[in-house]
Amino acid sequence: MLNTKTLLAALALVAGIATPALAQDSHATPAIEKQTWSFAGIFGTYDENQLQRGFQVFREVCSSCHSARLIAFRNLAEEGGPGFSEEQVKALAAEYEVADPTAEGGVRTAVPADRWPSPFATEQDARDANGGALPPDFSVLAKARGVKEEGLWWVLNYFTGYSEGGPDYIHALLNGYHEEAPEEFELAEGKYYNDYFPGHAIGMAPPLSDGQITYEVAEGQAEVPLTVEQYSTDVAAFMMWMAEPHLAGRKQTGFVVLLFLVLFAGLMYATKRRIWQGIEH
Amino acid sequence: MSEHSTYTPGNAVEKWLDDRLPIIRFSKEHLMDFPTPKNLNYWWTFGAILVMCLGIQIVTGIILAMHYTPHVSMAFDSVEHIRRDVNGGRMIQSFHAVGASMFFAAVYIHIFRGMYFGSYKAPREILWILGVLIFLLMMATAFMGYVLPWGQMSGWAATVITNIFAAIPVIGTPLLELLRGGFSVGNPTLNRFFSLHYLLPFVIAAVVALHIWALHVPGNNNPIGVDVKDKQRDTLPFHPYYTMKDAFGMVLFLIPFAWFAFFAPDILGHPDNYIEFNSQVTPAHIVPEWYFLPFYAILRAIDFNILFIDSKLGGVIFFGGSILILFFLPWLDTSKVRSGNFRPMFKWFYWLFVVNFVALTYLGAAPAEGIYVVLAKICTAYYFIHFLVILPLLGRIETPRPLPTSISESVLGKAH
Amino acid sequence: MAGVGAAATAWPLINQMNPDASTLALASIEFDVSSIPEGQSVTIMWRGLPVFVRHRTQAEIDEAKAVPLADLKDPETDEQRTKEGHEQWLIMIANCTHLGCVPVGDSGDFDGWFCPCHGSHYDSAGRIRKGPAPKNLVLPPYEFLSDTLVQIG
Repeated sequence: MLNTKTLLAALALVAGIATPALAQDSHATPAIEKQTWSFAGIFGTYDENQLQRGFQVFREVCSSCHSARLIAFRNLAEEGGPGFSEEQVKALAAEYEVADPTAEGGVRTAVPADRWPSPFATEQDARDANGGALPPDFSVLAKARGVKEEGLWWVLNYFTGYSEGGPDYIHALLNGYHEEAPEEFELAEGKYYNDYFPGHAIGMAPPLSDGQITYEVAEGQAEVPLTVEQYSTDVAAFMMWMAEPHLAGRKQTGFVVLLFLVLFAGLMYATKRRIWQGIEH
Repeated sequence: MSEHSTYTPGNAVEKWLDDRLPIIRFSKEHLMDFPTPKNLNYWWTFGAILVMCLGIQIVTGIILAMHYTPHVSMAFDSVEHIRRDVNGGRMIQSFHAVGASMFFAAVYIHIFRGMYFGSYKAPREILWILGVLIFLLMMATAFMGYVLPWGQMSGWAATVITNIFAAIPVIGTPLLELLRGGFSVGNPTLNRFFSLHYLLPFVIAAVVALHIWALHVPGNNNPIGVDVKDKQRDTLPFHPYYTMKDAFGMVLFLIPFAWFAFFAPDILGHPDNYIEFNSQVTPAHIVPEWYFLPFYAILRAIDFNILFIDSKLGGVIFFGGSILILFFLPWLDTSKVRSGNFRPMFKWFYWLFVVNFVALTYLGAAPAEGIYVVLAKICTAYYFIHFLVILPLLGRIETPRPLPTSISESVLGKAH
Repeated sequence: MAGVGAAATAWPLINQMNPDASTLALASIEFDVSSIPEGQSVTIMWRGLPVFVRHRTQAEIDEAKAVPLADLKDPETDEQRTKEGHEQWLIMIANCTHLGCVPVGDSGDFDGWFCPCHGSHYDSAGRIRKGPAPKNLVLPPYEFLSDTLVQIG
């Protein structure tokens, strides 16, 4: 019934025609290097220490311009996340103030149930402070970015379940700044040249530099390099957690469900064969 | 309902019920005793799989509706609230989103099965037409559902596709404003899409009931396309043979479903939909969900004027035409032979059509530049030529292989 | 096996209707009572309900303790309605136990609250003294974390 040869030949023909690289802008975007993430794959989980480091980067560097309006302080104590304790979260929240129309003066100290307060009162304030560009909210940013694959390679992604395009892009972006823009490139005033940002002119100055943040390492744990490479990896992982806090639980449940379904399918097949035994079909 | 029922009420309560509402008799006749050809292959399990998909969408959808807010300022956040705070919300939401894709994967397999085995031919024309109607309703439901999270793709897809109506001469723009509830896609649009998205699945369920009724009048088609001659020899009761086989098929189907939902829930979607809709910023590439891509490719392929019809209207006509043409398939295919197994020339063209359809899917996502434009035109042309030229001709010029005299004859002697 | 699968599938679909994480996060609140001067009340929100927090004067406390139990429709001593060492603090859910209206403070015949809807009178310990309400004003679960910080819920 299936003329497999014809089918494959036809598909190959289509693939062959469609594979040439898509039209690039005049300054080629280098291919985004895929990183190894602890949360990738079927058994992926977040590395608690990495999330804590990433949180520190977010707090000390990013949160001065970027909001995270869907993240509540209490999320930091939830299972599968950075693993702060309830007391630590309470103390952290108490360092911040949130708007509350019922409170005296319109603000009050934050409690764990509150969301991360925005660094700017309004969108216009954020734009005014950043040369007209709006620093995007971090809550789902790691899922709002991705990696575009050449030709038909994205088909492979369906089978591997590649979902880390966002962190890969963020990591590349943070490491993709250059001191000077390439000669032929006209960089607008107030913008910075970045290999990976679409259009290459990004409004954000390079936010990270070596040695900028000091990680406190617990006794007995290995030292972590204080480099842009490390900071960008850690903050990208933290951003993925912000976007997908239930990732570890989801994958764990998924494994159990899939195992159950495979076993169940096997049982059902055996039953089907038994019922159909002796019937010509 | 051409069967003489063999049901006898087991006790007094059953008899009392049977006299007033013969629901048990009905169920036994149509879900258990129904004579089904014994040679159905696994492609026939997709009907039951589709019913399961509809059930999953309705159950997860009703639950999502308990937590979702259909207002432009809260829609995006309410979906995130479901994913983060609602107990089990992440899973319920991803089952609903992945479920829509799986629903369409199953429906395309089901449709292509029907096209290969001639299930649309007499006396099953109404069955086929009801099926195409279900497909149309599914597309409307899925389109409106995708708008609800109110991401960039949601809002811009709504803008682009509702713009289609503006292409209709004279009444186009007033119609567009009527549909949108405003001059652009906004809160009125979102609210009414939510209302209709909740309604249509139940309309689909009703049409599915008609679809199954229309099926049960002549009975199922089968892989050799030869009618049932002798019920005893050619058929088996639906239960337990096909209830079991369908159940197995459903569990098997759930495996890739679960794989996507648990391990890669966003892979079938677009990252831009995680950015809240902004009517002032158009995404670099507006792409519909994969199941609309072939028709989107056809819509974009008409970028030239045809006589007095401008390219926008031309695109709309071909887009609509590509779906409406399916309604006429029973009459376009002139062959008296049903199954592709016995139609050697048809087989080639069928597979060419399948490859063409896959190509159109790919082209729907490709940027409208360079070689993709040419290819889209070729593939669109082939799509229509297949229905309007090839199928009518094939029936006349093809020499089919000799058909077995009956189902039982064709299964006898098969290696078991 | 099908049964296990069915039950495992059905439970999350039912559990999703249970209060979600953002609701549960507000199930317990902390309140600093030091801002309330003696003889004053504030009304705060807890789990969507109004809650009276009153800083009682010694006179109110003594009056409440002096009421004989036989006089009460819903007998409860003042000690039962306060925490030891914190008797000046009266914390009650501000819904009349008749049909749910919010009683008015510093009114009524018993130096407590009066519900205007159907005329229930509550005393300085929030107990029903006159009118159709069947029970005393309900106490939420609460705990003093320090002299000034109370955790409700």
